[in-house]
Amino acid sequence: MVKLVYFAWVRERIGKSQEEIELPENVVTIADLIAHLCTIDDGYAAAFTEPQVIRAALDKTHVLHDEAIGNANEIAFFPPMTGG
Amino acid sequence: MNVTNQDHKNLAIRVQIQAEDFDLESEINHLKQFGDIGGVASFTGLCRDEGGQLSALELEHYPGMAEAQISQICHEAFDKFDLISITAIHRYGKIAPGENIVLVIAASTHRQAAFDGANFVMDFLKTDAPFWKKEHLKDGTSGEWVDAKDKDDAAKDKWR
Repeated sequence: MVKLVYFAWVRERIGKSQEEIELPENVVTIADLIAHLCTIDDGYAAAFTEPQVIRAALDKTHVLHDEAIGNANEIAFFPPMTGG
Repeated sequence: MNVTNQDHKNLAIRVQIQAEDFDLESEINHLKQFGDIGGVASFTGLCRDEGGQLSALELEHYPGMAEAQISQICHEAFDKFDLISITAIHRYGKIAPGENIVLVIAASTHRQAAFDGANFVMDFLKTDAPFWKKEHLKDGTSGEWVDAKDKDDAAKDKWR
């Protein structure tokens, strides 16, 4: 099981702030996971309409979408950051 | 107790993610204990009302990652500009127009390093620290999530 966490409008569109899922065997990278989530329901599909703008983090470290998920415990998805 | 350089550095870099407001004067006093300081530069970011439309900004953050990212940025600034001490405080939750959002203070022997250190941390914090702002409007409705700005990426790129 891996924990997924969502923030800002990604969280709102998916309709939850976190969940635990079992990764299908064919999900290796962040991009694979996004493609998998989009098949679940319209909320995920709406959150990832433009996957290139979505930022991802593995165990609280920024990663690109081609990064392998490996043994990560927590995967985060969120829009570009607007702090400061 | 034997205080190593690494211990000193960890103490001299203060990062806080908090809902409460901060006090500039007490934060500057905190920085002064770490060495022979010649200059302190501070930046305070405030919530605008966007022409009278906003009742508040709501700041969401990623707990744990927010602290880690800002801490990493502060460590980079500390080394790059040879700072004596640095503090970064970022608030979360609902913040009304005129209230403080963020504070960065850099202390150094001479002024340029303090200016540059605070500037560097703000530029990287804008694009790399996991915070998101949602607008709340005066008519009681919930507005839009604030969009990331290309000029913020450009501001960060000038340090490369």
